[in-house]
Amino acid sequence: MKSDIILAGVGGQGILSIATVLGEAALADNLLIKQAETHGMSQRGGAVYSHMRISDQPIASDLIPGGSADLILAVEPMESLRYLSYLSETGYLVTNVTPFVNIPNYPDIKSVMDEIHKLPRHIAIDAEAIAKEVGSSRASNMVMLGAASPFIDIEFSRIEEGIRTIFARKGEEVVQLNLEALRRGRAFAEENR
Amino acid sequence: MQKHLFLGVEAIGQGAIDGGMSGVYAYPGTPSTEITEFIQENPLAKERNIHHAWSSNEKTAMETALGMSYAGKRAMACMKHVGLNVAADVFLNAAMTGINGGLLVAVADDPSMHSSQNEQDSRFYGKFAMVPVLEPSSQQEAYDMVHDGFALSELTKVPVMLRITTRLAHSRSGVDRGEVLPENPLVMPSDPRQFILLPAIARRKYKVLLSNQALFLKLSEESIYNRYEEGTDKSLGIVACGIAYNYLMEHFPVGSCPYPVVKVSQYPIPEKYIKRLDRECDELLILEEGAPMVEEMLKGFFANGTPVKGRLDGTLPRDGELNPDLVAKALGKELFAGFDIPEVVTNRPPALCQGCGHQDAYLAMNEALADYSKGRVFSDIGCYTLGALPPYETIYSCVDMGASITMAKGAADAGLIPSVAMIGDSTFAHSGITGLLDAVNEKSSITVVISDNESVSMTGGQDSSAFGKIESICIGLGVDPAHIHAIVPLRKNHDEMVRLFRQEFAYEGVSVIIPRRECIQRAARRKRNK
Ligand SMILES: Cc1ncc(C[n+]2csc(CCOP(=O)(O)OP(=O)(O)O)c2C)c(N)n1
Repeated sequence: MKSDIILAGVGGQGILSIATVLGEAALADNLLIKQAETHGMSQRGGAVYSHMRISDQPIASDLIPGGSADLILAVEPMESLRYLSYLSETGYLVTNVTPFVNIPNYPDIKSVMDEIHKLPRHIAIDAEAIAKEVGSSRASNMVMLGAASPFIDIEFSRIEEGIRTIFARKGEEVVQLNLEALRRGRAFAEENR
Repeated sequence: MQKHLFLGVEAIGQGAIDGGMSGVYAYPGTPSTEITEFIQENPLAKERNIHHAWSSNEKTAMETALGMSYAGKRAMACMKHVGLNVAADVFLNAAMTGINGGLLVAVADDPSMHSSQNEQDSRFYGKFAMVPVLEPSSQQEAYDMVHDGFALSELTKVPVMLRITTRLAHSRSGVDRGEVLPENPLVMPSDPRQFILLPAIARRKYKVLLSNQALFLKLSEESIYNRYEEGTDKSLGIVACGIAYNYLMEHFPVGSCPYPVVKVSQYPIPEKYIKRLDRECDELLILEEGAPMVEEMLKGFFANGTPVKGRLDGTLPRDGELNPDLVAKALGKELFAGFDIPEVVTNRPPALCQGCGHQDAYLAMNEALADYSKGRVFSDIGCYTLGALPPYETIYSCVDMGASITMAKGAADAGLIPSVAMIGDSTFAHSGITGLLDAVNEKSSITVVISDNESVSMTGGQDSSAFGKIESICIGLGVDPAHIHAIVPLRKNHDEMVRLFRQEFAYEGVSVIIPRRECIQRAARRKRNK
């Protein structure tokens, strides 16, 4: 088993919360992990990414080789395209559709979406809308993880466990909300893949 | 199952605690910062009362660590690569004095300059100081090297450098912890003159350091971190240093590499392995993160031995960090190139946060500077360096920490009056104070803007050592109190700020303006944690 995942977003959007839950799930599944994060200057509203590698075999490189990622999971649409050179021939792109506009020259969102729709395998999801329906827009990253979960070779129940572990100290209500966000994201992806 | 999913920096922090360290001394700097932050938060470190407060700069940090070593205890100094420039004086001289308690110097390089002014390679400093250098290829090695590194330092009697790069620092992987060692007791150096580098003693000490080189080489050749891996295809021999080893092995899953490989994670380079590789192989390929240091050593001046490929002959790029793709190309492997990145993808550079006080300071400065020709604001290193970008474009320099004040003084000496320095509170404490003293002593016509967000923000909001002391420091240095002004950088104070700037730009002498408002990120964190 091997899942090479690129997580993408903008500094401050919290892509690492997704990585934390996945890491927890992978550990519980007795899998090996390497995960390169972006710290430092880019966290000031710049483009940030994480290379997350999960495998049942030893992993050599902390970075995913180009053209070989199984999944790009982006919490922002333009950012989902920035790392396309990493996507494998059979890889999936799963992205949130809400643009994060903090630059004056952000491209026309329609042209961004057009590029996403050109890809052979993609899921574009309005994570904020679903998260709000569930109860809090702050759960949107877990909607995204849910939407990506069908393309990650980890038992879904392990990912649910990961959420329970990570959010436990925030109380049962927060745990349930995030679990619901995760399930709704997954359901959307299964219907739209 | 491996238990701890540690970042490289966290593995170093844990390794130091478990290795019996009594104090960490550091100044923040990406990608080294979280080593100290990890220790600051660690329960065992708290229980043991391990020293963990931030130092004012890297030089004070390393000197203090050396003082702790003098007293027999194990200490570690941490910094980013350019921080070692600041601490270079003590680093090179500590190699001369030697140590008492084990002393580790953890330095994090930043090839590709993700968050830095340059991509200098700290291994040169290790070679320069002639001390052993450890360069982990994995988080586990980082842990082990630090855990056992204090003993290595005590065995070799010199500071030992641990060199990492951004990728290892900020990448997570499973780490097994070792035994938790006790701290050293307080023990005075056995030779009371060990730390007195008077020329007569220094000459003797230098000979000791020189004669110990043979020991350092022997230790490298016996190190568990260095090895010769057999290969059947002798058309190529590969030297893979530090994390570059992983990029190589990415293309050859467990044991399938056809070429002989020398894995190097401890320096001086293990000569016997390299010599064997040279004897057995037709060509050599050198994979190393940072500068072509090993490559240059192996190539030699006349380059008439075994052909050496690497960063110098274009097999690999001369600059920037390595990755699996570049290594694949160097091996002649074809990989699927991925999908094209569409043109709509626009750069998203970092920017000042909405509501940041530096923004208000820049808007007011720009208005007050409109009366003068351009190019008068020298800046420094911190979030406010982003004032070089639109919409502000206020500043014209960013060189090294503290250089804003001294460069402004030099430009004023040359006749550019007024000259303005823009510096943050932490950078002022780090290296601005001495430059301001120079300016005061010569009554230079400069205005120093100390944009005080009460935090070391660029590196994540650590405590600033000048907190609450800036005015008294300036007065103590001799700045006329009538020309020291603090103001809250908010839109409602814009006109007042512009007036102050205009007034002090026109003053012929040293003036200091302190726009002071807490970093909004830090304020938000403080509220969240309440
Ligand atoms: C010698 C050296 N040490 C550390 C750094 C890393 N560094 C860059 S900016 C910065 C913080 C500066 O803080 P401050 O001047 O208060 O500005 P702020 O970011 O808070 O605006 C640090 C530690 C560096 N570039 N050079």
